[in-house]
Amino acid sequence: MEKKKYEEIVASHKPTETRSQNAFIAFVSGGIVGVIGQLLTEFYSKFFDISTKDAATFMLVTLIFVASLFTALGFFDKWVNFCKCGLIIPITGFAHSMTSAGIEYRKEGPIFGLGSNIFKLAGSVILYGVVSAWFFGLLRLLIMGG
Amino acid sequence: MIYLTSFLFCGFICLIGQIILDNTKLTAGHITSIFVVVGAFLDTFSIYDQIINYVGSGALVPITSFGHSLIHGALDKASDMGIMGLLMGMFDLTASGITAAIVFTFIFSLFFRPQN
Repeated sequence: MEKKKYEEIVASHKPTETRSQNAFIAFVSGGIVGVIGQLLTEFYSKFFDISTKDAATFMLVTLIFVASLFTALGFFDKWVNFCKCGLIIPITGFAHSMTSAGIEYRKEGPIFGLGSNIFKLAGSVILYGVVSAWFFGLLRLLIMGG
Repeated sequence: MIYLTSFLFCGFICLIGQIILDNTKLTAGHITSIFVVVGAFLDTFSIYDQIINYVGSGALVPITSFGHSLIHGALDKASDMGIMGLLMGMFDLTASGITAAIVFTFIFSLFFRPQN
């Protein structure tokens, strides 16, 4: 009886522990990606002698390239499974979703496979981003005058 | 110092996403869409610009900055062109990211096979 009770307590605690573990991993890995972004921005702005804003664009393109390449090579999926939101929320997740969709659907042909499905996962981000940006921009233009 | 703020801010956004993912039925697709809308909303009142000034590039890495860049480009163009500028400038700042993602995806899908 005592053992059964103990097992019940263990079972009730198990999911919350993996949740807090997931949250911790997501926090640390997401933070590391943020620091890499900051490092790359400073490196590019010094190395190419460009403004921080342009260097930030270079940094985003670098992150997208690395995420796409690692997805194509096959081991980025394992990283995403481990870090979850730590790699999905940064821009790496956007590139990962596009490249994994592209590679998976390519065998169905260049038009209806690759072409139709490349935005299968990333399309929602663009759709809701554009609609909300347009709506909020319109509000700000009408209420605050730009 | 700016590395610490980058770490904390980017990590904090990912932490919120992970908590939503674990405790609700929403999928990663829902969460990224919500975060883009939140980013666009925050930039309506120029809050996200101040966050970037304070945090550094760590604030440009999460997907919230995608929504921020969309509305930021649109409003920049709108200050010159009026209401049509919203449509003309929407992709001004995000063009590089979207184009890079499309081009790299196309190239890599030509050369790599899916792995199981």
